[in-house]
This record gives sequence, structure tokens and C-alpha cells, in this order.
Amino acid sequence: MNGMNIVSQKPDAMTDVPFPYCPGCSHGIIHRLVAEVLDELNITKKAIGITSAGCSVRNWRQFDCDMVMALHGRGPSVATGLKRARPEAVVFTYQGDGDMAAIGTGEIVHAASRCERITVIYVNNGVFGATGGQQAPTTLLGEVTTSYPSGRDPRTSGYPLKMAEMLSGVSPDSYIARVSVHDIKNILMAKKAIREAFLVQMEDRGFGLAEILATCPTNWRLDSVQCMERIEKEIIPHYPLGEFSSKRKEAHQC
Amino acid sequence: MTVKKKDNRALPGKTLMRGNEAVGEGAIRAGCQFFFGYPITPQNELFEYMARRLPEVGGTFLQSESELSGINMVFGAAAGGRRCMTSSSGPGFTLMGEGLTTLATAQMPAVVVCVSRAGPGLGRISSAQSDYRLATKGGGHGDYQCLVLGPASAQELYELTYKAFDLADRYRNPVIILSDAILGQMMEPVTTDGLKWAEAPEKTWVVRGKGNNPRKVIKVAPHTDQELIEWNRNFKKKYEQMTENEQRHEALYADGANMLVVAFGSSFRIALDSVVRARDEGVSVGLFRPISLYPYPEEALKRLLQEGASKLLVVEANNGQMVEDVRLAVCGAAEVIHYGVGGGYVLTPDEIYDEIIRFDRNGRHQ
Repeated sequence: MNGMNIVSQKPDAMTDVPFPYCPGCSHGIIHRLVAEVLDELNITKKAIGITSAGCSVRNWRQFDCDMVMALHGRGPSVATGLKRARPEAVVFTYQGDGDMAAIGTGEIVHAASRCERITVIYVNNGVFGATGGQQAPTTLLGEVTTSYPSGRDPRTSGYPLKMAEMLSGVSPDSYIARVSVHDIKNILMAKKAIREAFLVQMEDRGFGLAEILATCPTNWRLDSVQCMERIEKEIIPHYPLGEFSSKRKEAHQC
Repeated sequence: MTVKKKDNRALPGKTLMRGNEAVGEGAIRAGCQFFFGYPITPQNELFEYMARRLPEVGGTFLQSESELSGINMVFGAAAGGRRCMTSSSGPGFTLMGEGLTTLATAQMPAVVVCVSRAGPGLGRISSAQSDYRLATKGGGHGDYQCLVLGPASAQELYELTYKAFDLADRYRNPVIILSDAILGQMMEPVTTDGLKWAEAPEKTWVVRGKGNNPRKVIKVAPHTDQELIEWNRNFKKKYEQMTENEQRHEALYADGANMLVVAFGSSFRIALDSVVRARDEGVSVGLFRPISLYPYPEEALKRLLQEGASKLLVVEANNGQMVEDVRLAVCGAAEVIHYGVGGGYVLTPDEIYDEIIRFDRNGRHQ
């Protein structure tokens, strides 16, 4: 149209399939950020995404790149085999906190310790979303879930797992950061972290992981705005944002 | 990353090898470039052979943190179009159940070796054939099926492992080599130069980044109920084709014999002495060895029943697993008894001979 410019549009790395997620869910924002980074780094043609079990299992329909579905928690192992077999590809997993911090802890810890040249998009909303709101390893103390209706008590079900901190302790050659997508400023920072998590793989510097704090309006029993407020007031104080490991180009090998 | 084919890297024509090493060399010869695995006795010689040998031919060895992880690495490498393998023994093979059903669902070619030890539970590391049911009937969930081969010598471990990679690619399906501690540890001469150096064939479905082509998706879950029903229909067709085309067996002294000893793998080797001795004493007994354990070579067995066999003595180093397949195959047309001991007891030729004589004298099928 005359005199009008396109200022925003769907990233090329995204298909036309509508998102299947609940209103207010962060997956939509995070998918878009990943797709924008694939576009900007010009890697959609050599990217291979690995889906995980949980709500995001459907994302093979969203990303317009080669995709492989992995079973629950096994994404980092499938990604390892694939990256070793096709070192020229850019391999990323997209995993929730049930997938990565519960059933897949073995796989992610060892992929991180090998500093495997893969990128992990780790979406932490503190709950098992797809199965109906059960407690995740990341659920906050006192938080009510369908498996612990009187709230998480560390005496019976342990403390929330801080994966970014934990993994940075075993992965010297890596970029590991925790970000959030609850407001514009944080969305922009999250995109930078996702970009760096891809670059660290592409430049053969190490393992890349972006932990992204996310909402689950359906299982949190909150509306979208309340969810964003909860992230700021309750979640971030427990899960501080920032870079926990950052292997730069000039850094020495550990 | 291509297989280097320099002659000086190949083994000499005839080598004394452990069964486990013969599996490894068969895989190398078949163009296997990736091995992912976890240590467990009695398969360690295979694992270590691959660790040593793969770098020599430009391949990759990776020690995984568990069998669960290892078989999923196999999934990744197979999705990338490479010939790849993992191996384990009973306790670790159980953990691979999830991976096997995943590989079968995604139609990924891969070779998985189980060097059986005595179960159940953690059991002991002595030899047994107690993983027959696990290998042939599943271990993972859902209606899936792996091809299963049961070699009986180091030479055959070498050749069938090589063959397994072809079958895996042809059917786009995981293939299991079911070995055991006896076969794995036993040293025998292996002639290696009968097989050509092979490479993975070109595969259209491989993911490597879409490039300028439409993207590819390797799925283990369909989008709709209808799609899953369709998948299962296609799997069923594929498994029927395997059943039709891939039955393998060996029959010795079997034509016209009244009795057949049915045994696979190491039990076949032990039973051979017993059968020869019984025949020398005039007993009409032959030997039937299934080489493919799935599909079970039931056509050949049925033919031998038509030629006069009426007694089947199933000898296996377990409490009675393959005997179920024999009973299904003959469907009441012969008297079937099982002889075997579970838990790692090594059968002797003498006791199998005694069992042949007892069975010959008593309980004749009318």
C-alpha cells in the first residue's frame, strides 16, 4: 500500500499453522523469538529442531525447519547423536521443565558436561502443563499443584531445581543464561540470550542453553496479566535472571 | 566423514577373534560409523573394540551415561542417515525398550546387540539365553517389532552383524543381534575378507537441515488418531513382509528324522555333539536351528513335520522361552518339550543326549 511500510511480520522460520497453546501461555512468544533468531542468523536451512514431550511436542508444526520428535527427556541425547552425525547442522532442542528437569536430568547433565555443540531452549513454567498441572521439579515451595494439593513441602517433595545454575557448574565450555518473557524489556533480553545460545554452538565454542521463565495460565489458575505479575513478583526472586556461564571467543579452553 | 578403505587398516583374511569382537568388525565392514554405548559385562569387548577401531576408519565412538541415553543417541545418528549401533546385555537392554519402540515408530535403521547374561534382575554375568522373549517380543510399548538374528559362531556373528545393517536399511527398522556370554567370549577363527566394505546407502528421509528443499519431520507421534491407525496398518504390512522374506534357519540331519532338537545360538553348538552321538547310536534325530528369531522360521519347521518329524525337543539356556514360538509354529502337530535351565547354568552335551534318549523312548506322539 502506498506510503506504508511493513514494520513487523511473521518470521520466515515459522509456518502458517496457528499456535495450539492456551491464551497467555509463553510458548507463543518463545517460539517467535527462536524463529526470529533462526532468521537473523540465517540458519533455518541447516537447523534441526528436536521436540520434547509435553505441550511443546506440537512445535514440529510451528518451526519451518527439519524437525525430529524425541521421547520424554531424551532430546539432548537425540541431539547429540544427530550433531555428531551431521556436524554441519545447527541442532536445537526445545524442552519443558518436566522434560528436562525431571525425567531428562541424566541426559541434559551429561550433554552439558560434554559441552555438546547443541542449543537447548529450556522453558520453565514450574508445572507439568500438558498432563494437567502436576508438580514439576521446578515448582516453588508452597505452590499448590494437582499432585501436591496442600502445596510443595520440601520435607516430602524436595526443593525447586535450579537448572541453569546446576548445569553451569558442570559445563565449562558453554553459554548458559536465565531470562524471562514477562515484559518487553525482558523479551528483548531473552532474544539476545537465545541468539547467544545458538552462536556458541555455531562458533564451536560450546554448549548453549537459554532457560526461559514462562507462564501457564491454565494450571496456575491465573489470567494472562496476573501470570506476568507472578513471574516478576514470585518467580524471578527464586530464579534470578542472568548469565551463569559464558564462553566467549577469546576465552581459554578449560 | 567417510569410511577410509585403506587396505592396511583392514584385518588380515583370517583372525582369531572373540565373538564380541567379530560383531564389531562386522559392523565396521558394513560401514557403521557411530557407536554409542554403556559398559556392561559380558559385552565389554565389543564396546572396547568399537572404541579402538572406529577412530581408525573415521568413525565416532561415544560412551553414553546410560543405555537409555545411548539408544537415543543412536536415534539421532540414524535420523542423520548414518549407520550406527549400540550394544548391551540384559539389564541394559531392558532400558533400551523405550528406544527400540521409538526407533521402530520413527522407522530408523539401527543395529542393537544384546549379549545375554543370566537374569532375572541384575542376575549374574554367566551366560544364558533368558533375553529371547525380551528381544523377540518387545521390551518397549506398542505394536512394534524388531528383526532379531541369533548367530551361533564368531564367523556368523561377523557375517550377520554385517547383514543386519542391510536389513535395517532395507526395512527402515531396528535389527537386534541376540548373542550371549558364551558366544561373546569364545575365541574362534573369523575369515573377514569374504565381505566387501560397505557404506550407508543414500536415504531420502534423512534430516540434515532442509537446505532448499521442503522440510522433513521425523515423527514418533502422529497428529491425529486416524494417522496413528494408518501408521499401525503400515507397520503391520512391513512386519508381514519381514515374516514372508526374512525367515532363516539351518537344518542338520533333519530330513526324515523322527525327532528334532530345536536350539539357537550357543545351545545349538552344545546340542550338536549330543545329536551326533545319539545318531551314532541309531536314534532318528536331527537338529533345527532358527537363525532369524523374529521372524521365527516356522515355514521350514512345518515342512520338516510333514517329512516325518513328530517330536521336538527345544533346548535353550533358560526356563522355556523360545519353546513358546515352537509350539505356536507347529500348532499341536508335534509333541513339544522343553529342556533347559535358567540362571546361568551351562548345559552339557551329556545331559542333552540323555534327554534325547528319554524323549525317544517315551511319550511318542500318536
